[in-house]
Amino acid sequence: MDDLLRRQLQIHACKIRMGIIEGVYNAKSGHPGGSLSIADVLTYLYFTRMHVYPDNPDFAERDRFVLSKGHTAPALYATLAERGFFPMDEMKTLRHIGARLQGHPCITIPGVDMSSGSLGQGISTACGMALAGKHRGDNYRVYSILGDGEIEEGQVWEAAMFAAHYGLDNLVAIVDNNGLQIDGKITEVCSPEPITDKFAAFGWHVIEMNAHDFDDIDRAFCEAERITEQPVVIVQHSTKGKGVSFMENQVGWHGSAPNTEQYEKAMAELTAELNRLEAEA
Amino acid sequence: MSEVIKKATRESYGEALVALAEKYPNLVVLDADLAAATKTGMFKKAYADRFYDCGIAEANMMGVAAGLAAAGMTPFASSFAMFAAGRAFEIVRNSIGYPNLNVKIGATHAGISVGEDGATHQCCEDIALMRTIPGMTVINPADDTEAKAAVEAAIQHDGPVYCRFGRLAVPVINDPATYKFELGKGVQLRDGNDVTVVATGLMVNEALIAADMLANEGISVRVINIHTIKPLDQEIIIKAAKETGTIVTAEEHSIIGGLGSAVAETVCEVCPVPVRRVGVNDTFGHSGPAVELLKQFGLSAEHIAEVAHEAAKAK
Repeated sequence: MDDLLRRQLQIHACKIRMGIIEGVYNAKSGHPGGSLSIADVLTYLYFTRMHVYPDNPDFAERDRFVLSKGHTAPALYATLAERGFFPMDEMKTLRHIGARLQGHPCITIPGVDMSSGSLGQGISTACGMALAGKHRGDNYRVYSILGDGEIEEGQVWEAAMFAAHYGLDNLVAIVDNNGLQIDGKITEVCSPEPITDKFAAFGWHVIEMNAHDFDDIDRAFCEAERITEQPVVIVQHSTKGKGVSFMENQVGWHGSAPNTEQYEKAMAELTAELNRLEAEA
Repeated sequence: MSEVIKKATRESYGEALVALAEKYPNLVVLDADLAAATKTGMFKKAYADRFYDCGIAEANMMGVAAGLAAAGMTPFASSFAMFAAGRAFEIVRNSIGYPNLNVKIGATHAGISVGEDGATHQCCEDIALMRTIPGMTVINPADDTEAKAAVEAAIQHDGPVYCRFGRLAVPVINDPATYKFELGKGVQLRDGNDVTVVATGLMVNEALIAADMLANEGISVRVINIHTIKPLDQEIIIKAAKETGTIVTAEEHSIIGGLGSAVAETVCEVCPVPVRRVGVNDTFGHSGPAVELLKQFGLSAEHIAEVAHEAAKAK
């Protein structure tokens, strides 16, 4: 990846993180930790990989995205806003009564391809979209992000079996392996490990990547695109709360909003980072 | 009198899918390892490239159906009512109902007439479950003619539809040459002014027999067939309440949450009259031959007649 593109992506990701914090702070609720851990992969998908059309969000041949870990909607919304689907300022209305930015993704929001949030369900709907593409011979691809806690849901493994059986090589699932879920470490709650071995056993091509290194993200998705006759899962090793120092690797930030002092501290950190990136650009 | 033709509505479902495949090229069919029983096997045989078996995984099947619909296909997702409406309820609610996707659920083996398989497979709760989902259309056809028409009406309707079919062969009571299916419209099959029997599914034929039985006793029974339980034809129900003053509902489903509840909710709000419910009386089923079970659980013309008689006399 060239330096210019990497820097552009870092700037987009930083603005998306600011959007996440803005949204969750104004909502006084929501899920910042798991939103921040997927900000980089969403940036990469929406700014380099996916064919999407902010002026024509429902274009039939677009690539599709399903946020199976739907509670991290702030990350998806901020990404869509940064990509031009709606103004970033709308993040301030997140979860407000009468607002369109619902607590979990809703299909009526521009750019949102599927309502999701009840864990384990999004990956099945992504399979359906991929199957429709295969059925008709369309060229679009389908991406879906799951939580590492989410894969404790049995339906995920029904979907995993299905995707492999029908050779859905137009489907890429990303497991956000930040190691934490509401009740604690995934390995201590009811461990879904070994994640890579499980998907491999279900017939998926498995790739691992560093979730916060755009060069490594690019390597992983380039490999995914070359795989045929198999679905691909990318297990991304991520840091929950990435980019806001006091939220990183803290289970308490799974589902709570910052107070004003914390909000200002988070925004100051992200603003400093943005200024640094823009100065270097 | 000509010989009564009998056919299970699950057969009608399979035949209709095959018959409509050419006309509706976006139609695809999903099943969960029950194609031989749900009769989608007929479609699989005729259109193998438009049939996807999801294995014994109904939750994923409903999600796959949602994704297919979101991408412009018209999927029928098929299983027994117990698993389509029961096991997969939350997926149907959140992945199909909430995004209002164009998924058709073909649920067979509904009710007590599953027979020998017993309680675990005798779903008497599906109408209650499905009609609580906003935007879900719920259809429970009475016979072969109506079932086939219902399948096409479901395809033509833009939005989620739950179609309920049975395992047991039941008499064909509608003439396919003249029958016209109107989604959301009740059908008055018999006029009468002492009592109205509002029936659905295989109980429609029983209601007609009950009306004949009571006619011999001088009781005039109106019979209404409600094939679309949601949206309910409130007009025909209210009219019956006003004109006959008492209603008996009849369904092969729990008396809680199904047609009886829907009718009672409607008349309570607009024109309160006594509503007596014939159905499965808040109990589980058990194994046995379907016809004997229907009698034992009071899902018979004799029991409808008894209740309708009581209703008419209590006025």
